[in-house]
Amino acid sequence: MNHFPLALRHLHREWRAGELKVLAMALIIAVASVTSVNFFTSRIHQALAGQANELLGGDLVYLSDRAIKAQRVARATELGLQSATTVEFPTMVLAGERNQLVALKAVSAGYPLRGQNRTAPRLFAADAAVTGGPAPGTVWGGSRLLTILGVDVGEKITVGNIDLKVAAVLTSEPDQSEGVLLNIAPRLLMHTDDLPDTGLIQPASRVVYRLLLAGDAEAIGQIRQEWQPGLRPGESLLDVQDARPEVRTALKRGEHFLALAALVSVLLAGAAVAMATRRFISRHLDNCAIMRCLGAEQAMISRLYLIQMAVLGLLASVVGIFVGYLAQWGLMLFLAPLAGIELPAPSLWPVALGLITGMVTLLGFAVPPILQLKNVPTLRVLRRDLGGLQANALSAYGIGILAFMVLVLFQAQNLKLAVAIVAGLLLVLLMLALVAGGLLLLLRPLRKKGGAAWRFGVVNISRRSGHSLVQMVGFGVGLMALLLLAVVRGDLLSEWENRLPADAPNRFLINIQPDQLEDVRDFLRAEGVEPPLLYPMVRARLEQINGKAIVPDELKTDRAKRLVAREFNLSWAEAVQSGNAVVSGSWWQPGDYGKAIISVEQSLAKELGLGLGDTLTYNVAGELFTAEISSLRRINWESFKANFFVVAPPGLLDKYPVNYITGFYLPAEQHAVLNRMVQQFPNIMVLDVATILNQVRDIIEQVIMAVEYVFIFTVLAGLMVMYATIHATLDERIREAAVLRTLGARRSQLLSSIMLEYTGLGLLSGLVGAIAAGAIGMVIAKQVFDLAYLPGPALWLSGMLIGAVGVGVAGTLGTRFVLNQPPLKTLRGA
Amino acid sequence: MTAEIVVNTQNLHKRVMSPEGELTLLQGVDLSIAAGETVAIVGASGSGKSTLLGLLAGLDEPTEGQVSIAGQDLFALDEDGRARLRGEKVGFVFQAFQLLPNLTALENVMLPLELAGRHDARQVAEEVLQRVALAERASHYPKQLSGGEQQRVAIARAFAPHPQVLFADEPTGNLDRRTGERIIDLLFQLNAEQGTTLVLVTHDPHLAARCQRQLELDEGQLQMELEPS
Ligand SMILES: Nc1ncnc2c1ncn2[C@@H]1O[C@H](COP(=O)(O)OP(=O)(O)OP(=O)(O)O)[C@@H](O)[C@H]1O
Ligand SMILES: [Mg+2]
Repeated sequence: MNHFPLALRHLHREWRAGELKVLAMALIIAVASVTSVNFFTSRIHQALAGQANELLGGDLVYLSDRAIKAQRVARATELGLQSATTVEFPTMVLAGERNQLVALKAVSAGYPLRGQNRTAPRLFAADAAVTGGPAPGTVWGGSRLLTILGVDVGEKITVGNIDLKVAAVLTSEPDQSEGVLLNIAPRLLMHTDDLPDTGLIQPASRVVYRLLLAGDAEAIGQIRQEWQPGLRPGESLLDVQDARPEVRTALKRGEHFLALAALVSVLLAGAAVAMATRRFISRHLDNCAIMRCLGAEQAMISRLYLIQMAVLGLLASVVGIFVGYLAQWGLMLFLAPLAGIELPAPSLWPVALGLITGMVTLLGFAVPPILQLKNVPTLRVLRRDLGGLQANALSAYGIGILAFMVLVLFQAQNLKLAVAIVAGLLLVLLMLALVAGGLLLLLRPLRKKGGAAWRFGVVNISRRSGHSLVQMVGFGVGLMALLLLAVVRGDLLSEWENRLPADAPNRFLINIQPDQLEDVRDFLRAEGVEPPLLYPMVRARLEQINGKAIVPDELKTDRAKRLVAREFNLSWAEAVQSGNAVVSGSWWQPGDYGKAIISVEQSLAKELGLGLGDTLTYNVAGELFTAEISSLRRINWESFKANFFVVAPPGLLDKYPVNYITGFYLPAEQHAVLNRMVQQFPNIMVLDVATILNQVRDIIEQVIMAVEYVFIFTVLAGLMVMYATIHATLDERIREAAVLRTLGARRSQLLSSIMLEYTGLGLLSGLVGAIAAGAIGMVIAKQVFDLAYLPGPALWLSGMLIGAVGVGVAGTLGTRFVLNQPPLKTLRGA
Repeated sequence: MTAEIVVNTQNLHKRVMSPEGELTLLQGVDLSIAAGETVAIVGASGSGKSTLLGLLAGLDEPTEGQVSIAGQDLFALDEDGRARLRGEKVGFVFQAFQLLPNLTALENVMLPLELAGRHDARQVAEEVLQRVALAERASHYPKQLSGGEQQRVAIARAFAPHPQVLFADEPTGNLDRRTGERIIDLLFQLNAEQGTTLVLVTHDPHLAARCQRQLELDEGQLQMELEPS
């Protein structure tokens, strides 16, 4: 028999009676939250990444030590991508009597594909952004190079076999900073068309060829997929996340966080669905018994409910997806002007994910208990006490938890994370139930004290301890979500923001000679800049580990290969630099100065398989020295300070050629200081990281905004849980109030007992929720923000306060109408 | 007259475990009820009337003994089989009415027909509601109806699928005497019209007296049958 029409009619009837509204609302919130977050992350990720791609000059860069093959360009064009090429190598250039080693970069038309160069019309004049690179026959040089060569705009520089005219002063390149610390030679920019005439490219020259690509994210992904597997040594594919770890970290954090927020709202919505289901079931026990009595088979009842749930889930999911899309669209209106770029169209994946979320939440949290309805004893029609709600928590919610894990997997696509999140949340639930149970026990002796309202309120809490437990878990979970928002907004996000304070160093001075130290300090002081700390730097090549020569091909990762291929900047210091922390071994004492020991950054150590006691042999300007690792350090790379992988104690490296590096904050309007600096100290190189800094700051800012926005859903879901919780016991309360009123209880008595009960429940669950929020906050702080956060009593107190007031008021308001109804109506209304 | 036997029990026992040990609720009940008969089950409170009714309708399983409805051994069937049999042959009226609160009067009457997959559910239900004089309250919810009206809806629901036998557990227990009388009149009328067998549990001697037979239960045992008055 086809039960579909009957199920639909039932659904319609239940809906009309308002039974399913809480369930549907909870589902809609879950779906909307997941959908909007995923719409949002997929779009904003592309947008933010696109923005960050300015730091690379394109969305994807193919790097090679051989000339770019024409097929690669053709393939990119075929996929509708823009492309540009650059060729980079060190060479000597001349101007009159003077010469200088430069990092020559020849760029094709169209470069840069993302971001812009900035140039000035004359040495030390104000600069402006320009599109494209130098025209054929011309070059752009930085002010340092032009100063050293003694030329200005309009004059000529000899590059290999040809003379090229200086057309502008290059003040900033979008992709300047990549590897710049290792590239102390000043930059000269020319056009690729002139390159053959220079005759500079010889078979043996060390040349880096780049193919920059930009355009549709899908096409970029396609290229990645096609090219990645066939890369030989000497070739690589980079996107901005590979190239700029700071940007990658910021994006990763943001994504993790958004995903987490969405998951928390799904779980909360799951809890709301579970609560709403409780009421649904207790109301439908009789219905089921009657239907069994009227001839319905178990399978039929199951089918009727299943169809109803499936249709409800589908409808709620569709509405949720729509709401999610709208929400995401609203968020985009906020963010798009900030991002300043066209946002890519949203993909369909979030729609699918929304649908999956809706169905899985329903299937996990509502369907298993609802399917237990069919087991209601038919005899219940004669004996009401039979077949009460015996929902076996494990079988009913075990499936919910499993379902939730499936969702986490879909969302996070990471089994470990899924297990961790679910285990964490289970722990929280268990803790909530335990604490709630314990507190209820403690309440027992209080029953005998106080006035009638107090007694009735307290008695109510502990008498219906089963229900109170459910309510406390419900309120606790809801309050936890709200408090978590406070923790995250108040402490974690601002801490994240503060990691990049407004005065974080945005300029670095490199290649300061030892005899210039005092002069540089004096110069800066005279310019009104607080002279910063100057760090010594010795360039060295790593040759041996534990006495064995390094064979790059034996190294496992590309990063390890890259690390040993280039020169290290070694430094020395008396004390641990701020932002660094020793994680194993110990830092040196004054007695150790001059000893052959070093401190190594932990990720480098991990990459190269190094530990305490291993020895490294470096080649400094042809001379070898060996030192033993005496400590490993962790470095906060996000601080934008000058940091060193390898640090030695004073006295070990002084005899080698050394130069100094420093970073400081220079407000944009004081830019002229740098011009004067270059004039006075032409050998010093100025590195401008303001662009990257601002990029990272932008990303953080936008992610924080997004997180706050997404948290609206989390809060909604939390409120939904609380609402569903109040609702879950409404029926009994209504009946009870009616009976009590018939027995002569005054309205005011009942009201104050209800108020007391909810305030007490709120107080207790607020405390439990605060403890849980603090614990989750700690985990998030550690895992997502790499930050130590310790929740304090202030959080617990505010939890109790918010709980008492919030739940007290909401519960009282939600239940008050019970008192306004004539008891007869309630009693008859069964 | 050798009418067809609709309800028949043999040596029916019901025992349950309680904290105080085993309790015997029914002890060797043998009875048979012919098609179209009206039977009252009477007895003191706690004598086992509801327990017996529950067993007759297959809502519960006996510890020992047999029940057959229209020749079908109830407990040879599984729960679902009994449910199907109830849907086809048995109707119910309860003391507490047991209407579905979210369904209107009409929808409540339609329910058993819908469950049986009948396409004329609405039409039949409307006719039966008319028959119990509640046509104009069809779209009202149970809580908008008085107790007597609710019980009339319940009776309409019970009769709508034309059951062979109708069980009623104190159908007038929640109603005043006059309303109770009317409900009973209705039951007997429908019994007469449809030839339905009526089995009533009641405390009301007046009502019991209107039945063709009275069975008295005492501590789970059937007493000698009282002669029809
Ligand atoms: N599952 C059970 N467990 C324990 N005792 C039971 C159970 N079911 C019924 N009883 C007891 O069996 C006895 C008979 O119950 P039953 O409901 O059949 O009585 P009744 O004759 O219908 O009474 P009333 O006229 O008050 O409705 C009662 O004492 C009841 O408490
Ligand atoms: Mg009874």
